[in-house]
Amino acid sequence: MIIATTEIQAINSFSRSESLSLKEVYGLIWLLVPILTLILVIIIGVLVIVWLEREISAGIQQRIGPEYAGPLGILQALADGTKLLFKEDLLPSRGDISLFSLGPSIAVISTLLSYLVIPFGYHLVLADLSIGIFLWIAISSIAPIGLLMSGYGSNNKYSFSGGLRAAAQSISYEIPLTLCVLSISLLSNSSSTVDIVEAQSKYGFWGWNLWRQPIGFLVFLVSSLAECERLPFDLPEAEEELVAGYQTEYSGIKFGLFYVASYLNLLVSSLFVTVLYLGGWNLSIPYIFIPELFRKNKTGGIFGMTIGILITLAKAYLFLFISIATRWTLPRLRIDQLLNLGWKFLLPISLGNLLLTTSSQLVSL
Amino acid sequence: MSEFLPISIYLVMSLLLSLILIGLPFLLSSNSSTYPEKLSAYECGFDPSGDARSRFDIRFYLVSILFIISDLEVTFCFPWAVPLNRIDLFGFWSMMAFFLILTIGFIYEWKRGASDWE
Repeated sequence: MIIATTEIQAINSFSRSESLSLKEVYGLIWLLVPILTLILVIIIGVLVIVWLEREISAGIQQRIGPEYAGPLGILQALADGTKLLFKEDLLPSRGDISLFSLGPSIAVISTLLSYLVIPFGYHLVLADLSIGIFLWIAISSIAPIGLLMSGYGSNNKYSFSGGLRAAAQSISYEIPLTLCVLSISLLSNSSSTVDIVEAQSKYGFWGWNLWRQPIGFLVFLVSSLAECERLPFDLPEAEEELVAGYQTEYSGIKFGLFYVASYLNLLVSSLFVTVLYLGGWNLSIPYIFIPELFRKNKTGGIFGMTIGILITLAKAYLFLFISIATRWTLPRLRIDQLLNLGWKFLLPISLGNLLLTTSSQLVSL
Repeated sequence: MSEFLPISIYLVMSLLLSLILIGLPFLLSSNSSTYPEKLSAYECGFDPSGDARSRFDIRFYLVSILFIISDLEVTFCFPWAVPLNRIDLFGFWSMMAFFLILTIGFIYEWKRGASDWE
């Protein structure tokens, strides 16, 4: 975020001159503000997704859906979460208690960390790293460890199979996903998320990576659905065969943490679809540049920033809608079909896509 | 290094968040009487038969080995992909040689049936 970067510079300059001053303390507090804001926004975003999921599912199945908690039932997710806090926290007698308790928190932390590199606007990113997109790929591979730990720690056959399936699934789809990201960073000559969005900012929506990488876009969409363990890829928690997969033994807020982790993962995937393929915070109408219109004075700048955030979220929620609608449209895959799709279809296709991208870049050299 | 300061603060914050969420039930949650059946592993109402951590399918192991190899290869590609316009044809062709070896390995693995699930 813009406050963060300037304050860090201020901290650096101060640490050279004095050991500890009042301004340094202020700098640290100012550093906390964007982080706390981001965490708050993420939590509200998850609550909204839970509500949206229930409402859209109800709409597709011609039910009514949540309606009593708050207007249009918008507080339903909050009520459910609070209820889970008051529920008894059961620990399986023959399980491994430390693994059992650490599993959900590892899944949540690794997903939360992915939000570090998502740009919500021009310079509105918590850490503008030159390896931003790579950080996401590295961190998101930690989540299956948490799932495996909770599956193993429960000492339940359903949980164990669910944990194994979750690990196998997310590592199989990690490779096509990474190859698609690799083609994008090849196109933009950078792996910083801000640079990737900037590279798409010309020519409105014709400049989107979606048109230059149609195969990569589809592969990325399918792999990110599989990474989120959403239907049609929800094998790790397939109700009909594994009860609830790795969540079988969980109760109370630890069960809720798995839900939070899965919705956080869904949100981060749709945000990354937006950043990588749909031009991020840009309004994407040719010849209209919103940031330039509002960069003249301070209030205009804040207004432009807000519009950037809103555009990013609007594009991301479009993909959330698609994945929720997919949930009620497609049947679940079998485990062999799942692994065949990952290893024998998506991997060769994404490798071919990478080679195509490389050749086209070479021609334009 | 300055950009890693917010990352470490954010890491601490997210650790705190999940710890608070895990710790809150100690204060809030109800505690009814516990009996052995309540805490035993769920197996559709029957007494759990044996330990869950016995043998598991070798193919999960195979998938993870394949993943380690392929993920390393893909990770090697990142330092090549970003500065491609600065390393010209030599960089391009050396990576193509790498991809050729990779593809041969992949075809071999496919023909041996390592990625089959039957």
